[in-house]
Amino acid sequence: MALAEVCGFQPARKGLDIAEATAESANIEFNSQLMLPPFANPGLNLGNVLVDESGKEIQMHFDHGTTTLGFKYQGGVVLAVDSRATGGMYIGSGSVRKIIPINKFLLGTMAGGAADCTYWERVLSKQCRLYELRNRERISVAAASKLLSNQAYNYKGMGLSMGVMIAGYDKRGPGLYYVDSDGERISGEVFSVGSGSIFAYGVLDQGYRYDLTDEEAYDLGRRSIYHATNRDAASGGIVRVYHMKPTGYEVISEEDCKDLHYRYAEEKKK
Amino acid sequence: MSYDRAITVFSPDGHLFQVEYAQEAVKKGSTAVGVRGKNVVVLGVEKKAVAKLQEDRTVRKICQLDDHVLMAFAGLTADARVLIKQARVECQSHKLTVEDPVTLEYITRYIASLKQRYTQSNGRRPFGISCLITGFDYDKTPHLYQTDPSGTYHEWKANAIGRNAKTVREFLEKNYSPDNVATEELTVKLAIKALLEVVQSGGKNLEVAVMKEGSGLQMLDVSEIEKIVQVVEKEKEEEAASKKKESKAESK
Repeated sequence: MALAEVCGFQPARKGLDIAEATAESANIEFNSQLMLPPFANPGLNLGNVLVDESGKEIQMHFDHGTTTLGFKYQGGVVLAVDSRATGGMYIGSGSVRKIIPINKFLLGTMAGGAADCTYWERVLSKQCRLYELRNRERISVAAASKLLSNQAYNYKGMGLSMGVMIAGYDKRGPGLYYVDSDGERISGEVFSVGSGSIFAYGVLDQGYRYDLTDEEAYDLGRRSIYHATNRDAASGGIVRVYHMKPTGYEVISEEDCKDLHYRYAEEKKK
Repeated sequence: MSYDRAITVFSPDGHLFQVEYAQEAVKKGSTAVGVRGKNVVVLGVEKKAVAKLQEDRTVRKICQLDDHVLMAFAGLTADARVLIKQARVECQSHKLTVEDPVTLEYITRYIASLKQRYTQSNGRRPFGISCLITGFDYDKTPHLYQTDPSGTYHEWKANAIGRNAKTVREFLEKNYSPDNVATEELTVKLAIKALLEVVQSGGKNLEVAVMKEGSGLQMLDVSEIEKIVQVVEKEKEEEAASKKKESKAESK
């Protein structure tokens, strides 16, 4: 490709030729026709694509740093996420949107590989819409999460990295599923995913009740993410809170964790 | 071996003759009737007379596709076997990927799409059967669908397929009403009565299946059918007798 020539790109080893990749990946038309990694143990070796001037391989470091959480309660489902993207000790972005709307009644979160999550959740949006058109009714949260987990299972062991929550509202009420790239899919009341989840769980589990009011639920989600951003280096930025109601999802708040820090500090003084 | 010549091709005036011939094959099959009641669905089929040495039980024309879906067919039995096998797999496949039992419309659409595919494939002939697919969706509503060899499907309140289907359908058109199918008893009676228009009288010539919401397939046994047949016969006689009286009174 022209861009590769201009940049002087040299693949580290044979079989990673860009021309070959574009020939084998027909994923614009067939979303699942991606080129499989042409080497063993893609989970470990996927980062070894680049070489520096002396010919030494540069290992790309993929980051899984994030904090996302979701819980079901009497008013539906609340999702809260941070917005920091890191590569090693470098902060790539402080304003990533880690909640991906699949449709008005389905939300997905992002943790792990950002590209993997956004790509497969967009494919999921397409599949959910086709289901709606064919069956003249909205897809259930169980079916949507199963479509994603079956897709991830096809690529098990090939280096996909996704730790996703699918939240939605269907005929059976609120739904919350955790789906990951190992092929795991579980339904639950409370989940937190990412490097900061250990901190978020502490606050979340202590404050969680099924009969929280809407405001209490938003506050719990916000506070849990804030505490994770405070202690986890790989989480930070804007704390986004979404609410999945019977009528569809709503964006509740998007506040910088710095502002939350000073606000909560003030509360303590009182 | 590759087949380049399609068997089902258009005629100059827009007919698919192979499909129409398949529909003729259906008309040769034994009659089947389906009635959708208020909260019950009934399928009845004419049992062909079996040879003296043949075991009765091996001829089964009413089949279960899933816990909540029944099917009866008219036409080539061997073709039906293929369709039933694929439909049963699809019912389970749907349950696995969507975590919900199939709706009647979905499985009918699947069977109809299969049939249509065979009208547009190399080297294949259409399926020579019409199906009556009935049961309950998981929202507890009863449905009855009919498919034909061309791959079209429609929903019906009551319908018949196979030999003399027209006669049975006309009877149903005259006698179907929401009151006539308000209870299980009445619905079964209507189905049997409709079949008896074209089938030789007798419980051993009929096979009747009943499904209520939430419970599985229930085949009525011969004695139960006999009882209902006798009731129907009696009513017919009484009706005929009273009509005679009326006409006598008029002519006087």
